[in-house]
Amino acid sequence: MSTRGLTPSQTVGPFFAFGLPWPGGPYAVPEGTPGAVWLRGRVLDGAGDPVSDALIETWQADPQGRYAVGGFRGFARCPTNADGRWAILTVKPGAVPGPGGTTQAPHVAMSVFARGLLNRVVTRVYFPDEVDANAADTVLISVADPVLRATLVAGAVEGAYIFDIRLQGEGETVFLAI
Amino acid sequence: MGDIAGYRRDTDGVHPPLASPGYASTRLRAPCRTPLMIPHTLTEVTGPALGERDFSALDADLTRQHGGEPLGERIIVHGRVLDSNGRPIPHTLVEVWQANAAGRYAHDLDRHPAPLDPNFTGAGRCLTDAEGRYGFVTIRPGAYPWKNHHNAWRPAHIHFSLLGRAFVQRIVTQMYFPGDPLFGQDPIFNSVRDPVARDRMVAAFDLDATEPEWALAYRFDIVLRGREATPFEDPEEDE
Repeated sequence: MSTRGLTPSQTVGPFFAFGLPWPGGPYAVPEGTPGAVWLRGRVLDGAGDPVSDALIETWQADPQGRYAVGGFRGFARCPTNADGRWAILTVKPGAVPGPGGTTQAPHVAMSVFARGLLNRVVTRVYFPDEVDANAADTVLISVADPVLRATLVAGAVEGAYIFDIRLQGEGETVFLAI
Repeated sequence: MGDIAGYRRDTDGVHPPLASPGYASTRLRAPCRTPLMIPHTLTEVTGPALGERDFSALDADLTRQHGGEPLGERIIVHGRVLDSNGRPIPHTLVEVWQANAAGRYAHDLDRHPAPLDPNFTGAGRCLTDAEGRYGFVTIRPGAYPWKNHHNAWRPAHIHFSLLGRAFVQRIVTQMYFPGDPLFGQDPIFNSVRDPVARDRMVAAFDLDATEPEWALAYRFDIVLRGREATPFEDPEEDE
């Protein structure tokens, strides 16, 4: 079969705020959903300064580990504010099937767009209360260095999970080629 | 369950290197480490299907969002969203945003001393049809200066955002206009190093779709990654 050449990526630029965010964007689940929890964090650059013009998108399974079924949107989009902060309302996903009959630990797939990023960067958010599942997860296992692996696991506070993204330099988040 | 069919990986040279020093904003934002290659799992080959129920309005005519007509050259921008196997991607979200005819964005932080147009915001959304077609009516955006280097100007462009059908297909890009004299000095356009790939970001003037006494048309097809599998092994995409 003949293949067609891909359209290249370009930066989202600094002025997407009137084009991409929308009021319902940060809600992967509606407010009031049983088990709903905030997943939030900051985006920081190579100098440790907040990135105030980034856009976060998330994609995930429902609590039973199923994607896009039964009206479960599973997608959220949130721009960062002046402090580089973003937040989405979601539910913790279930474990999902992985390669070769394995099971993947619960995780949220994440894209980060920003001025200065000519293509999105992709990462995954894992959960701190899934120690056993995380220890058996193919993607986490493939990050040999525990310090780097830790960049893929959220922290937890009352009512929220915290996931900071460091684009460059010390503490740089592990990004994924998909 | 058996292993799932993955998507073709991005071809070398199609996408810009994240570290592109000519574009100053990459210097503190491009990651230093090589990204970790992971297999395509259910997470990567599924994706959101946003549509009418997720937005108060889908709006493909950017010239009718206010009380009056915006200033500038009315244009039609249309095309198809396809995968790299040449198959249309139906019912997928296409989002656009752009500057007005004077080269000014409806954004608080745009300091270019060009006029805002009270009749033009410059954002639109639509879904592709069953054959992957989309279309917008808008105003041709102006070029604008930025502070990347001395006398830096962005070529006229429309930002495009595509969800595709799978997380791996997600892309944000920019559509440019044919023959723009500003191409040569623009580090964002030229961050795509393969000139053949770069040209895919340039729309084609389309006389056939131009509406007499109304608007010039430009055609911009967008190609997202396709499956590794051959079509007959891929019932999901045969709906």
